[in-house]
Amino acid sequence: MDLKLKIWRQAAQDAPGKFVMYPIQNISSEASFLEMLDILNEQLVAKGEDPVAFDHDCREGICGMCSLFINGKPHGPDAAITTCQLHMRRFNDGDTIVIEPWRAKPFPVIKDLMVDRTAFDEIIQAGGFVSVNTGGVPDANAIPIKKRNADLAMDAASCIGCGACVAACKNASAMLFVSAKVSQFALLPQGKVEAKERVQKMVAKMDDLGFGNCTNTYACEAECPKEISVTNIARMNREFLCAKVS
Amino acid sequence: MTNLDSKIPEGPLAQKWTNYKAKQNLVNPANKRKIDVIVVGTGLAGGAAAASLGELGFNVKVFCIQDSPRRAHSIAAQGGINAAKNYPNDGDSIYRLFYDTVKGGDYRAREANVYRLAEVSNEIIDQCVAQGVPFAREYGGLLDNRSFGGALVSRTFYARGQTGQQLLLGAYSSLSKEISKGSVKLYTRREMLDLVKVDGRARGIIVRNLVTGELERHAAHAVLIATGGYGNVFFLSTNAMTSNGSAAWRAFKRGALFADPSFVQIHPTCIPVHGDYQSKLTLMSESLRNDGRIWVPKKKEDAEKIQKGELKPTVIAEEDRDYYLERRYPAFGNLVPRDVASRAAKERCDAGHGVGSTGLAVYLDFKDAIKRLGKNVIEARYGNLFQMYEKIVDENPYETPMMIYPAIHYTMGGVWVDYELQSTIPGLFVGGEANFSDHGANRLGASALMQGLSDGYFVLPYTMQNNLADQINVPRFDTNSPEFEKTEKEVQERIDKLFAVKGKKTVDSIHRRLGLIMWDHVGMSRNAEGLKKAIKEIKELRKEFWTDVKVPGEKTGMNVELEKALRLADFLELGELMAMDALDRNESCGGHFREEYQTEEGEAMRDDKNFMFVSAWEYQGDDKEPKLNKEPLVYENIEVKQRNYKTA
Repeated sequence: MDLKLKIWRQAAQDAPGKFVMYPIQNISSEASFLEMLDILNEQLVAKGEDPVAFDHDCREGICGMCSLFINGKPHGPDAAITTCQLHMRRFNDGDTIVIEPWRAKPFPVIKDLMVDRTAFDEIIQAGGFVSVNTGGVPDANAIPIKKRNADLAMDAASCIGCGACVAACKNASAMLFVSAKVSQFALLPQGKVEAKERVQKMVAKMDDLGFGNCTNTYACEAECPKEISVTNIARMNREFLCAKVS
Repeated sequence: MTNLDSKIPEGPLAQKWTNYKAKQNLVNPANKRKIDVIVVGTGLAGGAAAASLGELGFNVKVFCIQDSPRRAHSIAAQGGINAAKNYPNDGDSIYRLFYDTVKGGDYRAREANVYRLAEVSNEIIDQCVAQGVPFAREYGGLLDNRSFGGALVSRTFYARGQTGQQLLLGAYSSLSKEISKGSVKLYTRREMLDLVKVDGRARGIIVRNLVTGELERHAAHAVLIATGGYGNVFFLSTNAMTSNGSAAWRAFKRGALFADPSFVQIHPTCIPVHGDYQSKLTLMSESLRNDGRIWVPKKKEDAEKIQKGELKPTVIAEEDRDYYLERRYPAFGNLVPRDVASRAAKERCDAGHGVGSTGLAVYLDFKDAIKRLGKNVIEARYGNLFQMYEKIVDENPYETPMMIYPAIHYTMGGVWVDYELQSTIPGLFVGGEANFSDHGANRLGASALMQGLSDGYFVLPYTMQNNLADQINVPRFDTNSPEFEKTEKEVQERIDKLFAVKGKKTVDSIHRRLGLIMWDHVGMSRNAEGLKKAIKEIKELRKEFWTDVKVPGEKTGMNVELEKALRLADFLELGELMAMDALDRNESCGGHFREEYQTEEGEAMRDDKNFMFVSAWEYQGDDKEPKLNKEPLVYENIEVKQRNYKTA
């Protein structure tokens, strides 16, 4: 298929950016979206032009590195997948595809389609862990956990930290990301000990870094490649409130 | 010859690690603060080691190539992690896990290392549970297990099809805790380009900041490399795009030995190759072989019709299907080890029974499992894998059998290390897939996660400390010293040389050709003639690279093509060493199958008399052949047998 790619180009964080149109021909519908960009870059390199910078690594939907805003949606038109799992069969011959980086103040553009998501690491460093050191822990089966709770914790823990939730939110809120981690630990006995401090520290850090508030549009859940549920936000709000009043 | 002292502690096998720890040197807490440690890589081995060393009080600097330590490629491991807990009461023990791992590795791993691995496996599970890793559980609230290839017991702990992700996020959370305490300092989007030695000891690294393009110098009392494997030498593999062999290769060129480079694992259950623009291969977890049955059409004409798209697999009658693993290996059936399953698939496809448009695929069929257990059970077990498959192939695996084919997945070879995981360069430690130590010629499923975390949480924090006790009076290093100056200059010259070529060929186009040479001659089956051809072709391709590669852009700032060119330059040397090693090893063992050495039934034929050793290659200079050193392997606690998966 032949396509027109309208891609955001920006040389550096403080440089002005603009859309540049790139026509591309003979793309197989079996190719993945990122393979299509590889082909474009190989053509740009052959012409001596600067290839388009974009983040990607595992290319199987788990590392959370890829982060493209395609035709107005994080990770493109399909639900429950990352950009690297998107295939060209999802598009039609002659389509114009608009490709942008995540746009949110706490995620500054590094170059072209690549953004800096250090803010997510900082939120985890504020309290997204159980304070146990290596060694001296009880036997794994000494802590029985209800299957239902373990499953819910696993649902929350499957977050890949890609930032699609922030990119999808009109307020650039990180509530879905933060609540997924808070929920995982709130649902497990191992996490209960520090639950109160954890939720307060992580929320304070999130606010500090300039992420917006949640206004319940649920765009985050709709765009999350791992289908993390907004019920985690409700659980975090409850945890937060209980921590504040107790 | 370099002295290859594996430093295996005295005493009976089961006591060695205990004895080691009882007698090792320790560093007191006040002195630990004075000692700097560099950790390169934040996967299971690097992340866990950095966190644990930070907890102990060392000053840790940790480096990762991605934008966050949470994205290291350990995250992509799907199936699970082995441990000898024997929770299912099915007869498992530390000895049995040790035995299965040595046997699975076709008797080419070091006994004492593997025993220690099996010994600490149980602690890993305890540790991960304490961190809040949400492993799968039974209704009674206790942990669930599944079985994996090469074992007769269920000893694999898992978190859906995302076990690697959950274990890595556990290590990442521990690392984050230490970063917030200030004991670990994190450097992201950095790539190690060289190792700095001062007076023969590893004292630092040169990294390139991938955003600014600047070269940086970092000094420490010891360096740990945990940068994963070199499977991307094949261009197409299940590894992540940035996974590369450069840190290990640079260590080799600075004097560390490289062990068993030809031992590469080909994973039997990957999604088949589909086009020449393809950038990577996707793995389908081995756990699928628990319930899926592997088959090809018995009749060649059926296979041909399927290849042309004239016949659907669902209409082929039961008696016309060849469940070739169950036929050849009745005891283990679909759960034979990876090397055996891969070769059997290749054998069937080469014989003309392969399916898919290329004829290079076999079926993995869940029809019987769905009939026996119901669709919802299969969905609960493998739902995310089925979804992934459908997205890529555009077929529903609940209705049509999956198509799979072997692909490069893991490298058992790596930097040679002793029992302490220290290389032949004092102060340079190597952990996880980057070292060679535990899997011999073939790794069993769910053992990579076990080894990464074993090295990171429970081995390196002890052994590195043992070797840092005499460093407490060594002051911090100045990165303006002549050694740092010189090493950085050499890196800069390498970069300048790449830009100076100004040729016509893109990096990927040359990498793809290297991949084809490797796959054709140094892949699933090898022979002397092919290997000699590969060595010749790699040499020619390397020459072509250095005279005709095109690296566009600037030296400063981000330059992805330059990054790829630097990695490929190293792969073009490493690939040749792999072929040399494969050519030298005149036997078949594990993943290394030499066509000249097979039984009448087509099974691998080992030569224990002449090849029961670790080949450890030593760099002699760019214009000289590397030298082969041999570490003999001694089995005192295990009876060496021909591997047999036909009967129990």
